[in-house]
Amino acid sequence: MLSTIRTFGDWLASTDLSATIQNVSWIIPTVQTVHIVSVAVVIGAVFLVDLRILGVFAPTQSLAALSHRFLTWIWYALAVLFLTGAILIIGEPGRSLLNPAFFAKIIMIVVVAVLTYLVQRPLRSDAGYWDSSNSRRLTLKAIAVASLVLWSLVVFAGRWIAYVTPISV
Amino acid sequence: MIQDFCQWLYDTAFAEMIRASGYAFPWFESVHVLAITLVLGSIAVVDLRLLGVASLGRPVKQLIREVLPITWVAFAVAVCTGGALFASNAVEYSRNFPFQMKMLLMLLAGINMLVFHFVTYRSVAQWNEGPAIPLPARLAGGLSIAMWVAIVAFGRWIGFTIGF
Repeated sequence: MLSTIRTFGDWLASTDLSATIQNVSWIIPTVQTVHIVSVAVVIGAVFLVDLRILGVFAPTQSLAALSHRFLTWIWYALAVLFLTGAILIIGEPGRSLLNPAFFAKIIMIVVVAVLTYLVQRPLRSDAGYWDSSNSRRLTLKAIAVASLVLWSLVVFAGRWIAYVTPISV
Repeated sequence: MIQDFCQWLYDTAFAEMIRASGYAFPWFESVHVLAITLVLGSIAVVDLRLLGVASLGRPVKQLIREVLPITWVAFAVAVCTGGALFASNAVEYSRNFPFQMKMLLMLLAGINMLVFHFVTYRSVAQWNEGPAIPLPARLAGGLSIAMWVAIVAFGRWIGFTIGF
């Protein structure tokens, strides 16, 4: 498995596209900036919704309205993140593909994106879904805490890709 | 005088600790990035409301009262962690062009905020609800979001010009 990733990374690094991303000096900083601005969209939206669930932010607005206002944005931002992330990987496959911080980041993104979707989806057809029983209210609060922690760890892991040494295969 | 201060900061035991530890710098940096994304993500909610783009069903005053405390907490965390990063290599950062631009833009964003708060915002009762926002308020929102994106860009650029 790891050696397959290694072979794929080596092939990516040998492409013209990878060479262009490496050699044109403004591409990586610019793409990283777009990446961080998109992270800001996700973090802003997710924190406001999670803090609302935990009773810190905008208690006068219904969760369904808030979710519609904010969570809709994160799926567009995630699309931009996927694209800019892919450009960064193509430019420097050796830096990320076999990096434990990158593995952790991807796993956490998948888990927390599913959690975010699970909060958002039932609200579309039933605005009071999360408020209809005590166990649902508790479940929602637990998901909100997990979401705050996981999204924060995703940002940390992203920064740590620059510091953690990739596994050598 | 600024150079003397930076040298003093560089020589503090705290700055020495950050340089000596392999983990302190990346951890301060990680929290700094998280805090800045929350500053930008939350201030953008207010800015887009002022631009008439989003949250139009929410009264401006209420939105500002709800969102800005979160922005300020995140900003305080960003300043503390950023201060720690700066201390670790103070003299070099103070002479770094992207760093100087980042500081200048934060100053301008602060002035933009003060003008909005003390001049433009005084008439908020007339445009509190609905999408019709007067030009000075739109301008404040547009400048704010543009400057904060530029602050992120210059911040990232610092990392490409100074090795730790």
